[in-house]
Amino acid sequence: MTIKIIVKGKVEGEVMVSKNPINFLGEVDKKTGKVLDERHDLFGKSIGGKILVFPFGVGSSVGAYTIYSLKANSCAPKAMICKKPDITVASGCALANIPLVIAQKEYDSLVDGKKIFLDAESGQIL
Amino acid sequence: MELTKTEEEAIDGKHGKTLQIAYRILSAIGKATDAEKLVPIYWAHLSGVNYNTIGDAGEEFLSELSEHARFKVRTTVNPTGFDLDTVSKYGLEDKFIKKQQSIQNSYERMGALPSFSCIPYEIFNLPDKGTHVAFGESNAAIYANSVANLITNRESAFSALASAITGKSPYSDLRKDGSQDPSLTVRMKVNEKDELAFGLLGYFTGKVADTSVTISGVKEVDMRSCKSLCAGLGTSGTCGKFILGEKEGETIDFDKKEMQETKDELNTTDKGDIITLGSPQLGLNELLDLSNMLKGRKFTKRCMIFCPRAAQEQARKLGYTNEIQRAGGEILSDCCICLTPLIDKKNIDDVITNSVKGAYYLKNTNQVDVNLKPLKTIIEENTK
Repeated sequence: MTIKIIVKGKVEGEVMVSKNPINFLGEVDKKTGKVLDERHDLFGKSIGGKILVFPFGVGSSVGAYTIYSLKANSCAPKAMICKKPDITVASGCALANIPLVIAQKEYDSLVDGKKIFLDAESGQIL
Repeated sequence: MELTKTEEEAIDGKHGKTLQIAYRILSAIGKATDAEKLVPIYWAHLSGVNYNTIGDAGEEFLSELSEHARFKVRTTVNPTGFDLDTVSKYGLEDKFIKKQQSIQNSYERMGALPSFSCIPYEIFNLPDKGTHVAFGESNAAIYANSVANLITNRESAFSALASAITGKSPYSDLRKDGSQDPSLTVRMKVNEKDELAFGLLGYFTGKVADTSVTISGVKEVDMRSCKSLCAGLGTSGTCGKFILGEKEGETIDFDKKEMQETKDELNTTDKGDIITLGSPQLGLNELLDLSNMLKGRKFTKRCMIFCPRAAQEQARKLGYTNEIQRAGGEILSDCCICLTPLIDKKNIDDVITNSVKGAYYLKNTNQVDVNLKPLKTIIEENTK
């Protein structure tokens, strides 16, 4: 199995792909879920309600609180799929109860707008 | 990850809600990083103190957590949003002050030392070489691994918090292999080796490096430049350790072109309303340096200088603060540049700083323009 489950859950939703890594503290508005950095490929878009697919988290350790705040403010992604695990995203999703998996083979087949069912209990993307 | 019976029970909630939260976080990180087990840590340093960074959700979470949680190991904390001694001058909203104080109270109730500093390595005695710590402030984690001979992963605010509560951290990544042999080398080819060049080198390196990196072309680096390197490296990537030295293998050059491109990404103006020095906060020696540089001079615009309270108090006793304040410098304790509410785009359009990390957050979150210059130039151009 090439999908590693970090935080369990099952969700259905639309994929939003970020080519760049994400620094949640510096780049995402915790009140709206909008991406603030004009150099980021998701600039101006909101990650709320999407299944967010991005390589990995970078930068501030406080990004974990941003993920938790997004959930509290009802603008968090439904789930996250990363290529590489990192402690900030893993701990933020764990506390906020946002399903999180690390995908290898499946990662590249995830394209913007695709509707998927993520089963982060048995480790499948359908 | 292999857990003891007691740790398993804690995840299941048999030892209360606090330990359940803490172990759930540690377990998720353990899974993410393929840890075999949890190991004891000696010291936790927590990020997530400034109300601007953690917001209402963070404040409420900490307030609830602090009803029962107590820290098991020495725990220090990052800067807050303002300096209580001078906050009345800055016209901050009462709501901000109240929320900030609630956060501080929660941390102190849980047993944190009120250090409010992003440079714990400069104001506390360091434990023995090879001691495991859990630092959730990126510049401090990188400094701990690369300079202070301590061992930590690039902890997050929550992972460090969970480690403070349990006294443990997953045994993985830098804790496990120490990454003594990084696969990538970044070669410093730029001649001017001031703190701005090192900050830009760090920011550039963070984007290309994995968990650890070799930096060649640098024989020695002074404290100001070293802190700037750690902070730059921490801002742009996930790298948690650098090793200075020469090494064969995959090498990327950091030359004038790379430095200019990195600077162009962060520098957005060539002017500035005010100067900020910090991010990381200035230590005692930097305050001494600054007081020497300012002898007989006066700032021609506002200059905010961020340092830990411990450093400010020592500097005052040693007479360093007199010269800085006489020159018009505003010395602020307990807070720092990153996401400070003291710099508001309503009043300030652009900021001059020597901090690459400061520039990144001023631009993205405070949304002001930034003019990056080394300290020496800032003093030359903005004092008389």
